[in-house]
Amino acid sequence: MQGSVRQMIKDKKEKNQSRMKFMEKLVPGLLLLCAIISVLTTLGIVFTLIVETITFFNRVSIIEFFTNKDWYPFFGDNPDYGIWPLISGTLMITGIAMLVAIPLGLAAAIYLSEYASDSVRRIIKPILEVLAGIPTIVYGFFALTFVTPVLQNVIPSLPIFNALSPGIVVGIMIIPMIASLSEDAMSSVPNAIREGALGLGATRFEVAVKVVLPAALSGIIASFVLAISRAIGETMIVTVAGGATPKLTLDVTESIQTMTSYIVQVSLGDAGFGTTIYYSIYAVGMTLFLFTLIMNLIAQYISRRFREEY
Amino acid sequence: MQLVDQAKVKSKMQTRLAQNKILKGVFFGATMLALVVLVILLYRIFTQGIGYLDIEFFQNFASRFPEKAGIKAAFFGTLWMMAVIAPVALTLGVGTAIYLEEYAKKNKLTTFIQINISNLAGVPSIVFGLLGLTVFVRMLEMGRSVLAGGLTMSLLILPIIVVAAQEAVRSVPKELREASYAMGATKWQTIKKVVLPAAIPGILTGGILALSRAIGETAPLLMIGALTFVAYLPENFLSGFTVMPIQIFNWTSRPQTDFHDVAAAGIIVLLAMLLIMNSIAVLIRNKFSKRL
Repeated sequence: MQGSVRQMIKDKKEKNQSRMKFMEKLVPGLLLLCAIISVLTTLGIVFTLIVETITFFNRVSIIEFFTNKDWYPFFGDNPDYGIWPLISGTLMITGIAMLVAIPLGLAAAIYLSEYASDSVRRIIKPILEVLAGIPTIVYGFFALTFVTPVLQNVIPSLPIFNALSPGIVVGIMIIPMIASLSEDAMSSVPNAIREGALGLGATRFEVAVKVVLPAALSGIIASFVLAISRAIGETMIVTVAGGATPKLTLDVTESIQTMTSYIVQVSLGDAGFGTTIYYSIYAVGMTLFLFTLIMNLIAQYISRRFREEY
Repeated sequence: MQLVDQAKVKSKMQTRLAQNKILKGVFFGATMLALVVLVILLYRIFTQGIGYLDIEFFQNFASRFPEKAGIKAAFFGTLWMMAVIAPVALTLGVGTAIYLEEYAKKNKLTTFIQINISNLAGVPSIVFGLLGLTVFVRMLEMGRSVLAGGLTMSLLILPIIVVAAQEAVRSVPKELREASYAMGATKWQTIKKVVLPAAIPGILTGGILALSRAIGETAPLLMIGALTFVAYLPENFLSGFTVMPIQIFNWTSRPQTDFHDVAAAGIIVLLAMLLIMNSIAVLIRNKFSKRL
């Protein structure tokens, strides 16, 4: 009887053994394959952008792309493909957004990390997270139907589509990002340093501005750079409220077009596969991709290189 | 001899304290401003959209008349999209996380994959749209379908899921694994029967948050060519489709302001859905956070 139980266990073990060994070899391979997918995604993005951009530059000279100051791809016989109006539109939105988001986001971060009690922080932080989780199309709707009319009360000549309103709303959208990343950086400054300064008689404000801010500066700047990257890539707010007028201008009350909203405009219309306009979205997409990639690399470099060790 | 000029210190002290007090108020005000904007936004949308929000709104398809416009096609389109995104993104994301945390040795390939994932997280969503349009719609000839859209969105949220799942797997205590090995379990058995079950709450929380991000994204699907006027439900994964953000975009960009109210009603539905998903994520996190 005892022998047969042992035998049964042995049989079962042998039966499982070969399958187990097979699984042990197979699974890491399958999992590596999953991990490779993310690399393939990046390669896919880079390759599609490069290949289609080359096709575009075979039809439109790269020199025109960087020197022409007009972007009128829909001018039937004689279209203009100069990227600068789209870049200036994008940077204008980004600039306005930063003017809104940096002071407010930083102030919120200082308040949360230096002044707020634990219980207040526990209430406010999740609410900021809600703000960050709102879909951008909702912000776009808000910009068009609320912010623009409010601004029109102040500036009566403001057209419905303008750079100011979406710029402000993009800024509102990235406040939580700056606030929470900067707050992380500031709360990782050790309390001993704060207490040292307070012990010498500094006020809370002096501690925040003269001690904590400089100590957390790398993290804070990295959060700004990431926010800029986010603003550059933002699509729906500017598509809904910014208009579709590529213009090289510094006037924030004018209708403009950004790189992202141009791409949307083309994909909504019937620019058939194979037309120059179809390929132009890849050239614009490539420019956008490079802008944001550089920003992301800078942010990573800053937070790695200048990380304060305590 | 007087070492400290008391009067001077006192007057300086007062200005410094006053400065501190004032700026505390300023910082608090700035924080509150962000919250006030949130309140205004929600208030505006609710008062504007609530009038159109009734049973018919869910039963009707898109229409040229605001009174008859409904969200049925977009609502079900969103559900179909989730049916693609959830399994694809979770499998890939959790697989990647387990590989990186449990199997990968610290070598150049691992570092490269890790850096690649954090860079991918910073790529604008519309660029994912260009990828989806080229690879899924054109090269793999899926057409402007639920499948093409779902795969594109899966890749978009992949970095979020990987990072969340990595954290969940990392936070499983070493002792559990060691106990499992001591019982004679193999590595995969340990992962499957011990690590994964322990990490599931964290993975689910991250997964739901990522999925809710995908539900709100509009730009990549516009690129894929999700239709803006759909009067039918998807029949299979190769059907054309629309989703709620795109339907809202469509209503928003119409000149008739009546459609803005319809858009607001759509936004209420979208936000309600996101709120429910976020609450579920928070519930999971709270329910399981004390164990282990």
